[in-house]
Amino acid sequence: MFRFLFGRLGLLIPTFFGVTLVAFSFIRLLPGDPLDLLAGERGISPERKAQLLEQMGFDQPLWRQYIDYIAGIFQGDLGTSFASKKPVLDEFMTLFPATAELALCAIILAVCLGIPAGIYAAVKRGSIADQAVMGTALIGYSMPIFWWGLLLIILFSGILQWTPVSGRISLLYFFPQPTGFMLIDSLLSGEKGAFLSAVRHLILPSIVLATIPLAVIARQTRSAMLEVLGEDYVRTARAKGLPPRSVIGLHALRNALIPVVTTIGLQVGVLLAGAILTETIFSWPGIGKWLVDSISRRDYFVVQGGLLLIAGIIMLVNLIVDVLYGLINPRIRYN
Amino acid sequence: MTKTSPAAKADTFRLEMESRNATRAQLSEFWYYFSQNKGAVLGLMVFSLLVLVAIFAPFVAPHNPDVQYRDSFLVPPVWEEGGKAAFLLGTDAVGRDMLSRLIFGARFSLFIGVVVVSIALVGGIVLGLIAGYVRGAVDTFIMRVMDIILAFPSLLLALVLVAILGPGLVNAMIAIALVLQPHFVRLTRAAVMAERSRDYVVAAKVAGAGHFRLMFKTILPNCLAPLIVQATLSFSNAILDAAALGFLGMGAQPPTPEWGTMLAEAREFILRAWWVVTFPGLAILITVLAINLVGDGLRDALDPKLKRS
Repeated sequence: MFRFLFGRLGLLIPTFFGVTLVAFSFIRLLPGDPLDLLAGERGISPERKAQLLEQMGFDQPLWRQYIDYIAGIFQGDLGTSFASKKPVLDEFMTLFPATAELALCAIILAVCLGIPAGIYAAVKRGSIADQAVMGTALIGYSMPIFWWGLLLIILFSGILQWTPVSGRISLLYFFPQPTGFMLIDSLLSGEKGAFLSAVRHLILPSIVLATIPLAVIARQTRSAMLEVLGEDYVRTARAKGLPPRSVIGLHALRNALIPVVTTIGLQVGVLLAGAILTETIFSWPGIGKWLVDSISRRDYFVVQGGLLLIAGIIMLVNLIVDVLYGLINPRIRYN
Repeated sequence: MTKTSPAAKADTFRLEMESRNATRAQLSEFWYYFSQNKGAVLGLMVFSLLVLVAIFAPFVAPHNPDVQYRDSFLVPPVWEEGGKAAFLLGTDAVGRDMLSRLIFGARFSLFIGVVVVSIALVGGIVLGLIAGYVRGAVDTFIMRVMDIILAFPSLLLALVLVAILGPGLVNAMIAIALVLQPHFVRLTRAAVMAERSRDYVVAAKVAGAGHFRLMFKTILPNCLAPLIVQATLSFSNAILDAAALGFLGMGAQPPTPEWGTMLAEAREFILRAWWVVTFPGLAILITVLAINLVGDGLRDALDPKLKRS
């Protein structure tokens, strides 16, 4: 098991350095001088520019800059936001819980609906119910989620007025946020109605963000389940006279879930990409919106840091999934 | 120079006919399985219709997509109260006909799909063939680079690339192609590695085929099935990603009637004029859905494992 774990870690190291290289090159590949970009249209005097260049290390040779950059990363220094003058890592840490909360709600929704839907479709293979579930899943999979979000806003916020249009909680509430997770903090605050407000703000974005993972998980569960249901041991279990519930729930599901776990792990990238769109539509103050805003206001150190952190998260989650996969499926460990 | 005898000529002719017949038989077998899937056939029909509409857009569209009718801002669709027969799906905030813009938008979306998939496919096949055929350090290097690309969420990487290249449709297409490419590289490489040690490849090598011939003529045709399926899926992904970039203001720029860009322009009117938001998104959904239906059908028809069951 340890060999397996270290093998996987070993594979990650070159990828990690590659990712740092991408983030490092990003600022240097931008058209024009980074400082001219930062200075904007007002311009900057040559002396001040030289001073800033030196201060930021841009006057060093590239390899030197890269080494300094890597050294900075290991000390938690990802640069400073030009707009807010705060360290990029600090900004990320304050905004990340919002995205994490949204993404967690979305993935929970996707798993809780997607796996039962997939099982149901597989068991009722070929029926109208199967076709309906799979048809819906294909629509979900094909959905431009930014449009889907707008439609939900028109219906639930515009016409029905059930949910708010944007933000994480009503402006009426103000309380400390020790965890950064609004659902937990609003409960801890003890303010009346705060939790409900947080839930109402969270519903639509979660649905929008869950749409594609839900569809993918339902499709994957169905096909994995169909494959397993054709296996000999399932036939044996049936022949023994076990009730269908335990054949499906115990014998088939456990093995069918193995590829589904991988699929769920792969959704992290989908969720973070989806968060960019979802947060933009619902003005959700998370890292997705932060990055889009930073790109449009040319706050490139933020983009550089965000790229690295997001890639880091995805690599970490993929590693965890790989390890989990090795735990539930011993065959993987020895290959 | 040697003259070919009539017998040898007849032989070549017979061989040619046989291989032609075999191709035809394969095609008809493929079509048999594909047409079993009603969804796939429906998807293909919708997609063909979209292609026709896109090609003949100037003849199909009732109006010029860029003309602003100053007396008709935000006219609702014809069946709604206040709708005008001249504007079947209504007009947008500056009085342009929605239907015509949607029809011309089909051109952009399909064009984006074709260009992106072509770039990603060609690049992916070449890199994947090299990686799978040469192996060793070259393989490791190519695959690590692909891992790096895959470590980023595709939309984020595309956004960043567009920030480097500058917003616009062409740059958005390049960015999306680059982001989609690793899937093709991985698939090609896996298929090449599976095929490389097969007897027919060894036979071709013994017969004196060079590396290029082995890679592109001997091995590649036998790896095409998964690539075709992936190409269809990437086609729909490309349309979605391009629309998302347009929506975020980093893709096609206004007044281009690209569907995502149209949605971005329409955002501020969502609570006042539902049609300016609904129709462009619906167009994206229908297009992507049709392509995905075809993709599912292709996968089932090309996958020998599923045929037996």
